[in-house]
Amino acid sequence: MLTSGIILLSGGLLSPNPGLIFWTAVTFVIVLLILKKLAWGPIITALEEREKGIQSAIDRAHSAKDEAESILRKNRETLAKADAESERIIREGKEYGEKLRSEMTEKAQEEAKKMIAAAKEEIEQEKHRALDVLRNEVADLAVMGAEKIIKSSLDADTQKKIVDSMIQDLSSKRN
Amino acid sequence: MKPVIVKQTKAFLKVLALAVPLILSAGAPASATPEDAGAVAHDSATVTAEASGAHAEAAAAPGAESGHSEKPGDVIMHHILDSNVFAFEPFGEVELPKIVVGGFDISITKHVVMMWLAAAIVLIVFGAVGSRYAKMTPKDAPKGLANAMEALVDFIRLDVAKSNIGPGYEKHLPYLLTVFFFILLCNVLGLVPYGATATGNVNVTLTLAVFTFFITQVASLKAHGIKGYAAHLTAGTHWSLWIIMIPIEIIGLFTKPFALTVRLFANMTAGHIVILSLIFISFILKSYIVAVAVSVPFSIFIYLLEIFVAFLQAFIFTMLSALFIGLATAHEGHDEHEAEVAHH
Repeated sequence: MLTSGIILLSGGLLSPNPGLIFWTAVTFVIVLLILKKLAWGPIITALEEREKGIQSAIDRAHSAKDEAESILRKNRETLAKADAESERIIREGKEYGEKLRSEMTEKAQEEAKKMIAAAKEEIEQEKHRALDVLRNEVADLAVMGAEKIIKSSLDADTQKKIVDSMIQDLSSKRN
Repeated sequence: MKPVIVKQTKAFLKVLALAVPLILSAGAPASATPEDAGAVAHDSATVTAEASGAHAEAAAAPGAESGHSEKPGDVIMHHILDSNVFAFEPFGEVELPKIVVGGFDISITKHVVMMWLAAAIVLIVFGAVGSRYAKMTPKDAPKGLANAMEALVDFIRLDVAKSNIGPGYEKHLPYLLTVFFFILLCNVLGLVPYGATATGNVNVTLTLAVFTFFITQVASLKAHGIKGYAAHLTAGTHWSLWIIMIPIEIIGLFTKPFALTVRLFANMTAGHIVILSLIFISFILKSYIVAVAVSVPFSIFIYLLEIFVAFLQAFIFTMLSALFIGLATAHEGHDEHEAEVAHH
């Protein structure tokens, strides 16, 4: 198409127009100044504030998470400590009970032994006393027999017979 | 929230109520130029172009086309170029005021009006959004318009400014955001019927690119000082190469805004030329079949593409501005250091 070439060359398209340049500059500068004050300032400030707000919210969430984790760790530690403590207390209690039991049995056994020993001693004493009493009685009886012998006759046979019969009598009496 | 919007809307209507009679009275004499007269004369042919009111004038072309083959080109140019007349065909036209101060013609042209319209829309939207944000605490979630605009603002802030400029990007953020929404609105308004694309005018894009140029140079000077800035012009090479390097680096400074200028201007203009040319095919061939099969579907496709391009070019202009600022501030020092190391 030849016309397109003619359009470009026929002038007008690239011709300078100082009036239009002037009005463009004036209009653009006015628009720029008004918008800078009226729109871009508040909008950019709001956008930046929101960005900061989002960032701080993320930071806060992170720090909260860290804090929660540290608290959880601390709780776990405390729980473990408490567990160990309770175990220790139970063990100690058991040990103490065991000790107490063994001590008590020991004591009881000792006591029993002591009592047995005392009883044996008493028995021994009683036995001695009984033997003493017996001895005295026998002596008395002997004296009494001797008296009888002396009283009846001093014949040897009869005396012997008397003593024998007495002894026999005694033994039958005792048995 | 609602009363604020109502208040702002009322304020805007007041300004409009003041401005409109002024503009209308200024253009009241309606001293029709010969060219306009021609357009009016061919109004009878508008019946064929009822599909698009904005391009009603196109109908003038086939009527007069028999003799001159340049006529479609002229009509296309009439749509692309700036003018002192705001045409609302077939309803009429508004003559815009001519102002000449000290020999300079600073008339309010069609593109100036479209630019002001874009500026007004940007101001109303972001005035409302900004006041909503001013009242908001960090705990509140943005809703509705504020939320929609926040997505764009945050995109420019993080993916364009922060990733390209790096630390200290906040200083350049107002410029980048304003340039993005201003260009976007200018681009989109060019796609509205009866509208004109202010960014399709090389003067507008040049002015915006010059802003980027100055901001880049100031940022570079601030970041490196005058000594570092001058040292950059030698690109860290041996002094015997300076005679070549310094002109190249100086040219390099100006190619960046030049590229910005041409990219935006050419992209916005080309789309419109393509749409108009596609429509003109049917007029040149004088065929309904071509119109139904080629012109309309293709121009609709290009139109949709243009909506995408409107966003894309606004983004690219902002992106490259941020990139140039980033190059001028952070990376230059790094390059210089590397060059120094290589030199020893």
